[in-house]
Amino acid sequence: SSGINAEYGGCAMLGAGHVTALEVDPDAIEDLAGNLEEYEMDNVDVVQCDVTAPSSFKEGVFDTAIMNPPFGTKNNEGIDMVFLDRALELCRGSVYSFHKSSTREFITRRMESRGYHVTVLAEMKFSIPQMYKMHRKKEVLVDVDFIRVARER
Amino acid sequence: MKLLTHNMMKSHCKGVTNGFPLKLSSTKVDVKEVEFNADFITRMLDRLEWGALVEAARQLGVGDSLPEMAPEEGGDEELLRSVHHVLLEVEVTEGELECPETGRRFPIRNGIPDMRLNEEE
Repeated sequence: SSGINAEYGGCAMLGAGHVTALEVDPDAIEDLAGNLEEYEMDNVDVVQCDVTAPSSFKEGVFDTAIMNPPFGTKNNEGIDMVFLDRALELCRGSVYSFHKSSTREFITRRMESRGYHVTVLAEMKFSIPQMYKMHRKKEVLVDVDFIRVARER
Repeated sequence: MKLLTHNMMKSHCKGVTNGFPLKLSSTKVDVKEVEFNADFITRMLDRLEWGALVEAARQLGVGDSLPEMAPEEGGDEELLRSVHHVLLEVEVTEGELECPETGRRFPIRNGIPDMRLNEEE
């Protein structure tokens, strides 16, 4: 998934009052809409938008965000930071997100310099399938952190 | 798209100074029962822009139950249920959002607004 989503199904099922899913990819939206219908979830709204573009939402309207941002490629590095920055603008509370463990220090320094507090909640391995010719292995395991970025109170 | 979502959205067109609220029009509206959660509605009250909510609700023909002025915290249950109905039970399935300054329209299809802009916009 490539959108800020307050982890659609998960949150809706765990008792969020309402969930707004931000997603730009039409295929992902189709899958999502199908799942929402199949599981009869009535408290999720989907908005098709590009979170790296100027925001379609006012600042601070959400309580929290959960997301699985793209990690970026050689030409697109740092896109996960854009997602994180945008999520923090939209939320008044904490943001939960996945990032490569190799970027942990960079993210932590960057966030803390802005007054946020970063906690690594879990460490895991993501399997990234071979997507480009230059990837020699069929599948790569990447170390990933699940982090919480909280506002210091 | 529910009216709760509409109340959180604004135009992101280039050069716009105040893109809120987006003008709302609909060709298909569905009403579906959603479980009432008084705490959630109460918490949303000070986050809503009440005037915009009333205007959007009237646009959809469901604004009659809402008072002109935003209810104070700890409103009675009947009022909270009216707010709940308007926020979460009325779904714009087909329609349009329009930027109040540029007039740029964003379609709503299958309950999902498409806010994507072209590069030049």
